[in-house]
Amino acid sequence: MSSDYQTAETLDVTGQSCPIPVVKTKQAIDDLEAGDVLEVVATDSGSVSDIQGWADGTAGVELLEQVEGDDRYTHYVTKTEE
Amino acid sequence: MSTDNPTTAADGTDTEPDPDFDAGELQALRERVAELEASLAEADVDDDQKKMTIVATKGSFDMAYPPLILASTAAAFGWDVVVFHTFWGLDILHEEKSRDLQLSAVGNPNMPLPNSIAALPGMDRMATRMMAKKIDENGTATIEELIDLSLEQGVDLQACQMTVDLLGYDEDDLYDDVTVGVGAATALQHMAESDVQLLV
Repeated sequence: MSSDYQTAETLDVTGQSCPIPVVKTKQAIDDLEAGDVLEVVATDSGSVSDIQGWADGTAGVELLEQVEGDDRYTHYVTKTEE
Repeated sequence: MSTDNPTTAADGTDTEPDPDFDAGELQALRERVAELEASLAEADVDDDQKKMTIVATKGSFDMAYPPLILASTAAAFGWDVVVFHTFWGLDILHEEKSRDLQLSAVGNPNMPLPNSIAALPGMDRMATRMMAKKIDENGTATIEELIDLSLEQGVDLQACQMTVDLLGYDEDDLYDDVTVGVGAATALQHMAESDVQLLV
């Protein structure tokens, strides 16, 4: 489950469902600096598709990786620009 | 007038360089072109931001969710979002009423109850309580949380002024930061500029 990313912050949205994982991810990214990596831990299986869609449709963010396992979905998102 | 020959006149004057066209005029034209290009680039930037307008017309417990979920998610995409609340949809913005929205047990084919039972007093309240419990267990946000998240992210939640007057609500009864004093024309204006328009 561990990753190679230097994460600036971890966002725990376990137990929460749509739209909270995406909305909280966006809010957490807003507080970070360009180049920072945010780790998002979710239990909502819909968060895999939702965070992909959000990252694709949003300027200034990039989805690095999504790790699934143990009923957890961990997403690594980086802020590419301010 | 009958002596005019448009074809010859056009060919004769338009293709030859105009001796009256001076450098100052050319400079002014160049500046004007640069100005227009700059404003065009600005317009392009503005167009990058998607816009969405949702018209929320329903105030039942279940129907309050879709507009708020879509609005808060669209705001997370950085979209410019307006939700225009009219008729019973206004109850979503009423601080007290929004905490007590009811699910209708009658006429809902997904309810495990015949309509004759669902119509009994107290059944709506019971159905609502069951749904609220499920929502809590599922980790789905409450209506109040979704309103707060939407407002925090800059969603423009608008209260139709006609409905405010019709239902006799006071502006103070609505959540802070709700836009009041707007009507159909305001909603239409934003709809016309929107990439996504939804009636819920």
